[in-house]
Amino acid sequence: MADVEHRIRQYIAENFLLDGGQAALHNDDSFLEKGIIDSTGVLELVNWMEESFGFEVDDTELIPDNLDSIDRLAAFIERKCAKP
Amino acid sequence: MGPPNTIVGYGAWRLEVACRVMCGIAGILNFDAERVDPDLLRRMIGMVGHRGPDGQDLYTDGGVGLAHARLSIIDLSGGRQPMSNRDQSIWVTFNGEIFNYLELREDLLKRGHRFATQSDTEVILHLYEEHGEDCVRFFNGQWAFAVWDLAGRKLFLSRDRLGVRPLVYTVAGRSLIFGSEIKSLFAHPAVRRAIDPHALDQLCTVWTTIPPKTIFHEVLELPPGHSMTVQDGKIDVRPYWRLEYPRDPEPMDEQACADRLLELLTDATRIRLRSDVPVGAYLSGGLDSSLLTALILRVTNAPLKTFSVAFEDADFDESGYQRDVIRFLNTDHQEVRCSSRDIGRVFPDVIWHTEKPVLRTAPAPLFLLSRLVRDQGFKVVLTGEGSDEMLGGYDIFKEAKIRRFWAARPDSRLRPLLLRRLYPYLRDLQHQSDAYLQAFFHVRPEERADPLFSHLPRWDLTSRIKLFFSDAVRAEISHDDVYAELRRRLPEGFAQWPSLSQAQHLEATYLLPGYILSSQGDRMAMAHSVEGRFPFLDHRVVEYAAGIPPTLKMKVLNEKYILKRCAAGLIPESVRRRPKQPYMAPDIPSFFGPDEAPYLDAYLSDGALRRAGVFDPRKVGQLLEKCRKGRRQGFRENMALVAILSTQIVYDRFVANFVS
Repeated sequence: MADVEHRIRQYIAENFLLDGGQAALHNDDSFLEKGIIDSTGVLELVNWMEESFGFEVDDTELIPDNLDSIDRLAAFIERKCAKP
Repeated sequence: MGPPNTIVGYGAWRLEVACRVMCGIAGILNFDAERVDPDLLRRMIGMVGHRGPDGQDLYTDGGVGLAHARLSIIDLSGGRQPMSNRDQSIWVTFNGEIFNYLELREDLLKRGHRFATQSDTEVILHLYEEHGEDCVRFFNGQWAFAVWDLAGRKLFLSRDRLGVRPLVYTVAGRSLIFGSEIKSLFAHPAVRRAIDPHALDQLCTVWTTIPPKTIFHEVLELPPGHSMTVQDGKIDVRPYWRLEYPRDPEPMDEQACADRLLELLTDATRIRLRSDVPVGAYLSGGLDSSLLTALILRVTNAPLKTFSVAFEDADFDESGYQRDVIRFLNTDHQEVRCSSRDIGRVFPDVIWHTEKPVLRTAPAPLFLLSRLVRDQGFKVVLTGEGSDEMLGGYDIFKEAKIRRFWAARPDSRLRPLLLRRLYPYLRDLQHQSDAYLQAFFHVRPEERADPLFSHLPRWDLTSRIKLFFSDAVRAEISHDDVYAELRRRLPEGFAQWPSLSQAQHLEATYLLPGYILSSQGDRMAMAHSVEGRFPFLDHRVVEYAAGIPPTLKMKVLNEKYILKRCAAGLIPESVRRRPKQPYMAPDIPSFFGPDEAPYLDAYLSDGALRRAGVFDPRKVGQLLEKCRKGRRQGFRENMALVAILSTQIVYDRFVANFVS
């Protein structure tokens, strides 16, 4: 879990975070409310997950409940990876 | 200026003739009456030589100086400026056109006025004699002028209703300094040159500064529809016209409405063809410019030259529709083919002319287009701007309508589908879930009552650029609230207007004058001494359109419905019924890739960013890396890159290395 969280943080920091790095972002901060991700960003994020973790994200899974914070993303990735 | 009744036209045109000059103006009023230095005035007007490259004239009277840069079109003997009335008690320097000057002149002749020239400039002087500062209410045109009234030692400045022609000013020391462009003001040694972070905050929200602010500290613009009087050291700025909408528009018969609108548009076109030089037309392949081209041909029944931009990138190109119109109307057409590389190449020059940062590269192709027009020997073009604002054409109006509809039933599964249909050209949007669409488009029931409802998604998205601001700029603007400022400026009764009218008002008040007519309009055309004329912005059309019921402007989700009705039979059906495509140009790809713009490092290096102090070099560095990797870029990255680069160019050319 810690590793997944670290990778998410690193990815977000490198691609979306512009205001001083990772420390400013809390695990439960909403990417939408913080203005971190726009419509292109969501698809970039999905692309990264699919490439990095080797699973496919269904269109029905493209919802803020799954993707809109570090915690939610980490939990989503764990769930997807746990599936046989 | 042309001798009376000379007819010079394109092909077989037989048009009423005016004495015309396109130009730039500048001036100084020293409050302490210290004599104005003619050399200084000459330097100021010299900065806008592109607006009038054929000569400059000055008038000085002790503490007052007026200057004028002219573009000769034909014999100028009758219309040199600055121009005075018969007893030389009133002087004017004028940029623009008073299209109804013939009718005004006729009326003044009946009242006993005697004219020395055939020019519209002289009509301004006589109408000022007759009505004083109220003279502007009689004008149908596009103007920026300064009148010096010796009797009252009064300077009177005015700008047209919608903001077609620019007029900027500043007070420095004991002087009021004004001109068509900011670069003239900066030629005056007393004028400070610095970017105003508060203005940049506004621009990175609504795409332009909120008048009277410009991007430069202490440099102001006279807002559209305003006049200004300077007398006894006091400056009084006030509106003489406002764009207003009825609370409950009167129902209208569709056919009668379309007939009246077409009648007004035809007359607006007719008087804008008054010229002693050939007049061409911009033809984008959309509804507005196609109808306008048809109306020109209806009025003149003569050959017409049309001009357009074609893009190498098919995503932006509309040349297929352009060809449909050219075949249908049989115009003599020229196009400029524009690649990403072309845009990158001219971008720094484009910003020298916009005099403010921009968020898109879309002005650049219009810069290339006006160069083509000039090279073809044309100096005047009619163009379709203003239709989308006045008749409900923009996607943002439809978007707001759908958002309202969805916000009434946020759990609806079907309503968000309309948003996907609205933006078929935004591929990323097509894959988003309802929940994300709701978040991106602010579909929250509680926001429906917000007077800025229509524009909040756009402005929020634009505001993401501010993440790149340096710590110093962020601290400086930390107490600013652009939305509060915009709400404070809403006209009385705004809350009771129909929601489409509210959205139209916001669009016509900010984006239209500040970006469409300025950065994409006057500044790009005048960069190559070309004058744009806008029949859709004839105030009779604008006022009539304001009273048309919203349901006739946008019927369900059919934009500009009433205009499409006007256009039936006049333009190809393929164009009348085509889906609307917003005018856009490639942004990030214009600067990166195999032909990376050679100046990027000069403007965006760590050192250059630190010297300007506006943006955070580390964050910009991250963005540049992303751009160079060529990965998919969203609106945010595209807007940010263009905003940062253009701001850096503004800083370099106007602040750090300004050359007078």
